[in-house]
Order: sequence, then structure tokens, then C-alpha cells
Amino acid sequence: MDVVDKVFKALADPTRRRLLDQLHRENGQTLTALCEHMDMTRQAVTQHLQLLEDANLVAIVWQGREKLHYLNPVPLHEIYGRWIEKFERSRLGALRDLKKRLEGSDDEKA
Amino acid sequence: MKKPDYVYVTYIATTAEKLWQALIDTDITRQYWVDPSAGCARVNVSDWKPGSRWEHRRVDETGTVDIVGKVVETTPPRRLVLSWARPSDADNDAKHSRVSFDIEPYAGGLVRLTVTHDDLAGDLQMLEGISGGWPKVLSNLKTLLETGRALPHSPAAN
Repeated sequence: MDVVDKVFKALADPTRRRLLDQLHRENGQTLTALCEHMDMTRQAVTQHLQLLEDANLVAIVWQGREKLHYLNPVPLHEIYGRWIEKFERSRLGALRDLKKRLEGSDDEKA
Repeated sequence: MKKPDYVYVTYIATTAEKLWQALIDTDITRQYWVDPSAGCARVNVSDWKPGSRWEHRRVDETGTVDIVGKVVETTPPRRLVLSWARPSDADNDAKHSRVSFDIEPYAGGLVRLTVTHDDLAGDLQMLEGISGGWPKVLSNLKTLLETGRALPHSPAAN
């Protein structure tokens, strides 16, 4: 599966979005700490975390025998650049063109 | 051992050597290290020898230095560790946090870059700046190395 597909798939689930929100509140949590706030089995949380990890939305750091989960927003910024910023820029460009048409050329103005 | 404050990971289709160069070469850094709040590019300036000073400088007429620190470890092209502080705290080691760049070859022609920021010691202002800054810088870096352009291509720009 494409990297972008994995990110969208990982985000298309309320439980996984909740896990990301929890990591945003407190970064670097263990599975046990994350389970405390989730109303489901440890095994189910593990599976959701694995999908987030595969999509690179969660990064893992081992500290001794503890597996710590970190929110990794880098793929979200890639999506932002690819799917949001681009359209935003066209809209800003359209506004600039409109302004130019209404006000005349923006060159040579004091 | 304290746990890291932030861990950022990105997979880039490039080589470890090119990625290393992109971290230390100011001609490359200025193309992707853009701080949206300052609206200008930044570069990291140093001779990159362990113990040397490094500076995070704006690329504009002011050349303002926003962050300073020492080079803690240099192992090209695998690992770069820097201390990180405001210029006013340059001589106060207790106020220095720590940034590590780890570069590892990964499957499928990808290189894995992990940026770890430790010892921020609850410095809220710095935490905020960093959590907004790194993801943007790293996603720009990935785009630059993979496409040769720092920012996503916009059809409107044609």
C-alpha cells in the first residue's frame, strides 16, 4: 500500500485519532498508559497502534524494556503540503488576480 | 534515563551521504529550513567538529542568530548530536536541550531520519516552537531531496 494511503487509512478511524490525541496531550507513552484511557482490550489497542506505526504517524523509542510511543506528525505535514497548501495557494492566486483586475496592474504603484 | 521530549521520523528516498550533506551544508539548508513565523530561511553554521559552536541563523539582511549550541557528536553520515539554546543562555549548559539526528539505511532505497529532542525541561515556549517547527522542516527536507524542490509544486504557480 502507498504511504499516503496508509496515512489516510490510519486516520479514518475514531479510535486511532483518539490515540493520536492522547499522544499529543502526553508524548512518549507506554501501551499500558495508553490503555488506561481506552475502553477496549489491550490487544485491540496494540493493533490500532501497529497501524499508526505502519503509517509512520507513531514513532517508537525503546527505553530499556519499555516501548514508548511518540506522535510523529511529519506525514501529516506531507499531506498538508500535497493536499491543502496547494489548493490554498490557488485560491490566494485567484484572489490576487481578481484584485489586479479590479484595481489595475499592481506594478509601478507608489 | 529521561525519555525524549519529541521524536520525529521521516523516510526519504535518498542516500545517507546526501542526507548528511543536507543537514550541514548551508546552500542546501536554506532551501528547506523555512520558519513560517519568521518568513525567511534559516541555516545552521559551524565547522561541525565535536566541541565547536554552531549557530542557527536567519538568511536575511539581519543575519539574526536565533539558536546556538555546541556540536556534541559528529559521525558522518550516521549521527549528529547538537546542544540547543537561546543565544542569551549560550554559556549556561543547564539551559541547553539536545537534538540528535540519526540516519539509517532502510529497505527499498529509503533512508530513515530520526530527530530526537531531549532535555527541554518543560521550557514551554521552546516546546511550542519546536513542535511546530520540526515537522515542517522535515517534510520540506524530504520533498527537496526527493524532487529537487523545497515546496510542493503548485499548478497555480505556472
